[in-house]
Amino acid sequence: MFSGEQVASLFARCGITHVVTVPDSTLGAWEPAIQAAGIRLMRVCREGEAWAVAGGLYLGGAKPVVVIQCTGLFESGDSLRNILHDWKLPIFSVIGYRSYLNQETLPGDTTLVFTEPTLEAWQIDYRLLTEPGQFEDFAQHLERCMAEGKAGAVLLAEGKA
Amino acid sequence: MSAAPVGMPLREALATLRAERSDGDVVVSAMGAAREWMTLGTHPLDWVFVPSSMGQATSLGLGLALAQPQRRVIVLNGDGSTLMNLGSLVTITAEQPANLVIVTLDNGVYEITGAQPTPGGATGRKAGDRVDYLGVARACGFSSVFHFTALAEWKVGLRGVLDATGPTFALLDVAPVPGARGPRSPGPTGERARAFMAALKRE
Repeated sequence: MFSGEQVASLFARCGITHVVTVPDSTLGAWEPAIQAAGIRLMRVCREGEAWAVAGGLYLGGAKPVVVIQCTGLFESGDSLRNILHDWKLPIFSVIGYRSYLNQETLPGDTTLVFTEPTLEAWQIDYRLLTEPGQFEDFAQHLERCMAEGKAGAVLLAEGKA
Repeated sequence: MSAAPVGMPLREALATLRAERSDGDVVVSAMGAAREWMTLGTHPLDWVFVPSSMGQATSLGLGLALAQPQRRVIVLNGDGSTLMNLGSLVTITAEQPANLVIVTLDNGVYEITGAQPTPGGATGRKAGDRVDYLGVARACGFSSVFHFTALAEWKVGLRGVLDATGPTFALLDVAPVPGARGPRSPGPTGERARAFMAALKRE
């Protein structure tokens, strides 16, 4: 939906220093552009790690974002709770919404049932992005969250598992 | 695999570290280590990770080490916490932070919940063996790996641990603290986070 160059350019403009990630087939395609923009890509082994790494980076003065698939959001639970709510660290995340645009690979994918209720349960201010024309919504939400020093997310509709 | 550890006293082991720690070092402590570390005094660059998400101290320490490459970052972590986030050892060695020291305090039990055995400790395993954390660390790519079984060894070897080129993994066999409770949060989290960030800029 969005190109790696678009996303990398936005991150660079916002002063993002690190992208902490476990890729999926959509988000992983952004990696070369993110690295080309001089933003450090940090690959973690599970998504729960990503929040703690990002928390440490933020405490140390860096500006990280977390980039994961919605399945990784489910895995993130306790770590996300600790970093965003116990410690109130304003970590922004980009979450790939598996099967939202196409369920050909995984008919009846239950990620469609649980992703948005999970984000709501974790009280994360998110924007659902389903069209390429919504890139400005992505940019505005990221910029607003950073300006206000609060956590937030964009939920990016994807077409493949 | 190796035999069950006998174990040095946890508080004395940490007091030894506190005495050697440089003023610019960051120390991240969690769970039982945090409880004991707090009894030894306070420091603006102590990140008492209470409340925590169990297992995530190594990951948070990695983030700090990468953001503050001029400082040594020491993470005090239990064996139960290590088991809960073993992948973080791989993430750490992928990034190769030369300034990160992971101190794994192995007592073989989940101490603060009543000393139930961990699946890595000798008493928690049908074979009665013990997971070889040093082997795990080496296999993950830690090049500086240390093991201390007694307080006297730790007192002699600690300087070498701190001076080693990281990422560094040090395993300490420690004795469980009988009847030990979980650590109590030393204050409001948001306030502590802001004070810690300010100290990183100032110290």
